Amino acid sequence: MYRYDDFDHAFLAERNRQFRAQVERRIDGSLTEDEFKPLRLMNGLYLQLHAYMLRVAIPYGSLNPGQMRALAGIADRWDKGYGHFTTRQNIQYNWPRLTDVPDMLDALAKVGLHAIQTSGNTIRNVTSDHFAGAAAEEIADPRPYAELIRQWSTDHPEFQFLPRKFKVAVTGSEIDRAVTRAHDIGLRMVRKHGAVGFEVIVGGGLGRTPMIGKVLRDFLPVADLLPYLEAVVSTYNLLGRRDNKYKARIKITVHENGIERISELVEARFAELRPEFDAAETVLQLARISAMFAGPQLQQADTAAFDAARRADPVFRAWADTNLHAHRDSAHAIVTISLKAHGATPGDATSDQMRAIADLAEAYSYGEIRISHEQNVILPHVHRADLPALHAVLRDHGLATANAGLLSDIIACPGMDYCALATARSIPVAQEIATHFEALKLEHEIGPLKIKISGCINACGHHHVGHIGILGLDRAGVESYQITLGGDGSEDATLGDRTGPGFAYDQIVPAIERILRAYLALRSEASETFLSTYKRVGLAPFKAALYEQEQADAA
Amino acid sequence: MPARPFFKVVTGNALIDGDVVYLDATDAWTRNLSAAHVFTNADIANDALTHANARSHEVVGCYLADVQVTATGIAPNHFREDFRRRGPSNYAHGKQAAAKGSPHVSL
Repeated sequence: MYRYDDFDHAFLAERNRQFRAQVERRIDGSLTEDEFKPLRLMNGLYLQLHAYMLRVAIPYGSLNPGQMRALAGIADRWDKGYGHFTTRQNIQYNWPRLTDVPDMLDALAKVGLHAIQTSGNTIRNVTSDHFAGAAAEEIADPRPYAELIRQWSTDHPEFQFLPRKFKVAVTGSEIDRAVTRAHDIGLRMVRKHGAVGFEVIVGGGLGRTPMIGKVLRDFLPVADLLPYLEAVVSTYNLLGRRDNKYKARIKITVHENGIERISELVEARFAELRPEFDAAETVLQLARISAMFAGPQLQQADTAAFDAARRADPVFRAWADTNLHAHRDSAHAIVTISLKAHGATPGDATSDQMRAIADLAEAYSYGEIRISHEQNVILPHVHRADLPALHAVLRDHGLATANAGLLSDIIACPGMDYCALATARSIPVAQEIATHFEALKLEHEIGPLKIKISGCINACGHHHVGHIGILGLDRAGVESYQITLGGDGSEDATLGDRTGPGFAYDQIVPAIERILRAYLALRSEASETFLSTYKRVGLAPFKAALYEQEQADAA
Repeated sequence: MPARPFFKVVTGNALIDGDVVYLDATDAWTRNLSAAHVFTNADIANDALTHANARSHEVVGCYLADVQVTATGIAPNHFREDFRRRGPSNYAHGKQAAAKGSPHVSL
């Protein structure tokens, strides 16, 4: 993991000192709310429906056990004993008091965490593949590049007042777990003539105008990464619309100007900027950072204990079959710790659970923890022989739900239970879908399925790229839920198709059941996934199941 | 069509803890909608809102919210205001946890 140097520590301390003074000046009346609001947003502090909310970045999703314990301690001391892991690899505290936030930020700084640029029209927390550094099919660990981008973008003076927020995702794998095609800039690592570089994708995004990103450069050498990114963002900074908030994201800039025009402008700006950057220094800095991300010395031991437990214990087997992913070392596994116990709030972890995860990471995962944009926790390097013991501890803490990648592994934004922007609730919809299908015992029968729920058109719940997407809206003062089908956030990124009219709050779970019963009847064989079936048969049979059945019920 | 009756409360969030507050009949802030003052005259309500917004050392983001006056008390018109009045639905946090105690608070 990246280790802060003296510069980093001094930078955070100074930034926190400034914010503490800003809070004091707000409270003593020297700053109006209009003056204070942009300052608090730059430090991740929102005012939501019931309270303030502090959004803390988990850079590219990586945490060490000390950081996880600090997050737990903050939850206990200044919040309500839990935190909410988000779809952008952040953690949110839902109940901080304004007067406590400076102390919370100081506590975060002690472990090298911060809330800088987790809000506002700036370059946000750089996200990445949550299996980075561990996945079998990876080209190289994307996190050193993400860290380089974090250092470049943090407090970048030119990019503090962009037309709109700006999100960058990086993946080092052919299999895209970072939804790079739905980001303002997506960087997909590729190899060309033996050298590592990036395919640069621009103008993707969800929200009210969802778009799949377009390729701006098919191969960008690593040494050119920073001047090229600077060229893209500075082009957008000049060209992006400031007259209309809803047309201000780079996806609209790309759409309105065309990718060819954007490419010309970016390349011209890149030609100007490139000599100002020291490519050799970038390569040196990358080497310095990469050394910090060198993977652990993996221990070799017999995996018989895993095989024996898998044979003997059906509960362990169910968990191992869903929550493990292939590690680059066959004696190890990548463990997904589900924060989606049936009926629980997706992404929430209590402080006790956070501490248990920190202990487990130290005992069994070489001190490494990841947070996924799918709102789960990952232990990236667990020896298979340790899995039975790890599973037993997870069970004791309510963390052993065997549902990774299944129906109840639902992404849900906070929705109208917390968010000031929301138009409907998300969390209770997720809870009810999970408990309903748990009662029916259909989850494993249905197999791989991604349900994603957003409580407003801004799409924090990524509903457009859910195999089943649910969007909560306010229709004439009543919560109404629109369904999309066939979305895909992977390397085959696709936006879902709207089925038709929305469903009332008490009708959305039955609607999802009709879709899934239709799938079970339509699939060619048990191994044909929901998404494959949808791609084969299209929207029509699902639409029929959704609406004709509804009419029959009403008749 | 007859004009809808004008029933509004002044609401915002407390500066320090962000909790939802309402203006009461004594011009103090209450955390319970049931103790809020219901304005029935648009001019008076708008004046009250202007004064409320000037109290930025106490509250943030004041606005007028539609309510109904029913036999059982003041009820929000919109579900968003109902969540603000009650707190989140996944945990008994916020106003649900603080249901006991004085409705009047010092900010």
